[in-house]
Amino acid sequence: MQEMNQRALELGIPLSLHLDVTYRCNERCIHCYLDHDDHGELTTAEIKDVLEQAAAAGTFFLTLSGGEVLMRRDFFEILEHARRLMFNVRIKTNGVMIGSKEARRIRELGVEHIQISVYSHRPEVHDAITKLPGSLKRTIEAIRFIKSQGIKVTVANVLMRGNSGDHAGVQALARELGASYTLDPTITPKMDGDTSILTLRIPGSELNTVFRTEALVGNVEEFCAPPPAADEDVMEGYPCSAGHTVVYISPYGDVTPCVQFPLPSGNIRRQKLIDIWRDSPELKEVRSIHAKDLPVCSTCSHVGTCTRCPGLAYMEGSMRGPSTADCEKSFQRTGIPSANMLRKERAKSSGPLVQIQALRPEGFPLQNPSLITAPAEVTLVPLQPMSSPF
Amino acid sequence: MSEKYITRSTAIAAHMLGGEMMVMSATDSTFFTLNEVATAIWQAADGRTPLSEIVSHAVCDQFEVEPEVARADAEQFVEELSGHGILLVSDGPIENSYSVPVEGS
Repeated sequence: MQEMNQRALELGIPLSLHLDVTYRCNERCIHCYLDHDDHGELTTAEIKDVLEQAAAAGTFFLTLSGGEVLMRRDFFEILEHARRLMFNVRIKTNGVMIGSKEARRIRELGVEHIQISVYSHRPEVHDAITKLPGSLKRTIEAIRFIKSQGIKVTVANVLMRGNSGDHAGVQALARELGASYTLDPTITPKMDGDTSILTLRIPGSELNTVFRTEALVGNVEEFCAPPPAADEDVMEGYPCSAGHTVVYISPYGDVTPCVQFPLPSGNIRRQKLIDIWRDSPELKEVRSIHAKDLPVCSTCSHVGTCTRCPGLAYMEGSMRGPSTADCEKSFQRTGIPSANMLRKERAKSSGPLVQIQALRPEGFPLQNPSLITAPAEVTLVPLQPMSSPF
Repeated sequence: MSEKYITRSTAIAAHMLGGEMMVMSATDSTFFTLNEVATAIWQAADGRTPLSEIVSHAVCDQFEVEPEVARADAEQFVEELSGHGILLVSDGPIENSYSVPVEGS
């Protein structure tokens, strides 16, 4: 598969397309970043057309997601068309609307994999997050229907304040259902830039515990090992596949490098997908960035191993900047602060960025530029607010 | 020897990438890259044309290869892909539940 990715990268092919067919949803998850109103979704014909364009462009992997995909009455028509075009299709859903009939149809259409969100093995916790009473029960039933058809299921467990202690229970539930399990502690800002939901992110101390749980990470010593020194390959490499082999299309036709990287790069209602993919200045800019071009991260000891998301960095202000959530993950995993953390700590300890010191009596004109001094270097000290067990 | 008929499973993903056919089974997630000759057999696997005819027209007429070698290689290719549910094999013509367009065919 790595070879396939490498070839797609060399050929400039959008190997993976993530298409959100709707933002509408039957759940109202407290951590969701979407606006669930319909602002003019792509029609069935428009979606079929863009799928044909993606097939012609060389796309192999297609993720159909939302919102809740089954909120679209034409979902199976879209799915059937996607399979006729021979995509490897993955579906992300909450499963609430999947019964035995839907599961059978999904199997008949040759869907490879379904990812279903489960927040807790306890109904009172899961349903409080989805705000849909009975949702856990229905989601579990859906997983059983899907598994009975022989389709692979992954239970996706987003971790946040309120369910952070339940990952072992969800993992056990997934095992019992014959599903794979994946855990994700990432909470992203809302699409309109509102960052209030970021308060749901689990605190560093809990992340630290998660990263030291063998059942979740495998070999803890290996997982939490200090990062090796970055070599030239790392510095010349790309931060992630967004915009390189991955592309995202919203229910309104907006094209961005990734679902988590909302950099407007074009709209398929105005341009062909391949033209956006090849010629969009935004996507070209994303592709021009190597690890060595990241002003802060290129100086960081974690540069070769960090899970830095350029989309989260973009939402923080710069696609070349750090993603503080990933800095925190690297720190909690290894106990070694990131360059961004050290920079922030230095800035906090050294006062204003620009200091002007008068060396002459008051009123004497400033003539020497060296009178504007940079803040003094500070010795690196352990960061107080972030506790490390080591 | 009885004739074999082959058709592409509907539970697969397949696309050309850089001149090679990439095929992935949805059943067991195995992944194959087909070379030019294998791609020719793949594209001709319509369930209606006997394998011997596919070897004769899609392989021997198009590539410089001895018919015995082509037949043996084609048999091995069919056996491997059918083992992963990617090709369906029958001793009679096969009807698919829906016809699947194949790039380049």
